[in-house]
Amino acid sequence: MSHTETEGIIESSWSGGRAPFAINSNKLGMWLFIVSDSLTFSALLVAYAYVRLANPDWPRPFEIWPAIAKSTLMTLILLSSSLTMVLGVGAAHRGDRKKTVKYLIWTMIFGLAFVVIHATEWYTLMTQEHVTPWSNPWGVPLFGGTFFGLTGLHMLHVTIGVVYLAVVAWGFKRDKYDATDVEVSGLYWHFVDLVWMFIFPLVYLMSVNLKG
Amino acid sequence: MSAHDAAIGTHEVGSTKLFATVWFWLLLLTGIEVFLAYLRLAPPLMLTILVGLSLIKAALIVSYFMHLRFERLGLFLLLIPAMVFCICMMLIMFFPDSLRVVGLGAH
Repeated sequence: MSHTETEGIIESSWSGGRAPFAINSNKLGMWLFIVSDSLTFSALLVAYAYVRLANPDWPRPFEIWPAIAKSTLMTLILLSSSLTMVLGVGAAHRGDRKKTVKYLIWTMIFGLAFVVIHATEWYTLMTQEHVTPWSNPWGVPLFGGTFFGLTGLHMLHVTIGVVYLAVVAWGFKRDKYDATDVEVSGLYWHFVDLVWMFIFPLVYLMSVNLKG
Repeated sequence: MSAHDAAIGTHEVGSTKLFATVWFWLLLLTGIEVFLAYLRLAPPLMLTILVGLSLIKAALIVSYFMHLRFERLGLFLLLIPAMVFCICMMLIMFFPDSLRVVGLGAH
């Protein structure tokens, strides 16, 4: 690009009819949503960290086996789903529809596995250890409130993500959506992965029971 | 392709090898975090280290998986500084008060 051409773009970048950030509006919209959603999770995590540090009697219910092993496996699953997602986006940009759909299906399988393992963990906590969002045997109701609040909101994001990916994969296969739509859904999926990178250490690893 | 489309472009950046490397580092950092759980560190120190490691992981995900490293600088400046500022405002409320309780010698 010549010098004069570059100047022309800079001068008129903000005068309409151009993309100042060199991305589509739907991609910019997803980025803005991610920033606002990250602040929602930040508020919850900061509130959790506050009560966790301020409370010396905070319960430590997570034994290495099975709770920590399970949540580490869930982290591995979510990280792997991000890898298949990013490979799917790459395949979409190359125009390889078959491969894109294959990678998206793998991402959805990992996402579903995450939700299923998480749900069994909730079930065990509620039925065997009698931990609910309102009460628990250790007399620290905030534990249940923060645990189920944080992991519940995250699980909701994963579930919505799986449905979102299914819609995008279906549409991409039928030429209704293009590679950018796959990339935008990828942004959302990676964000869900990113949030778990904070919830896993802060919620689980801060409350490990080493005696068990 | 019009000039408008060319400005937006479909940039395919990063090879499978690069993404696999990032994935490996994310797993490694997760492994370190799980190992730290065995060390019985004091909660404030543990929280600081875990958040530090998680921020590195978040930076890896945002830079490579979410491609932000390969976007225009303007997009980064639009999104990240304002978000960091808002989170810092939350932390200003959080640190002195929760650490005051720690300072009472409860731990």
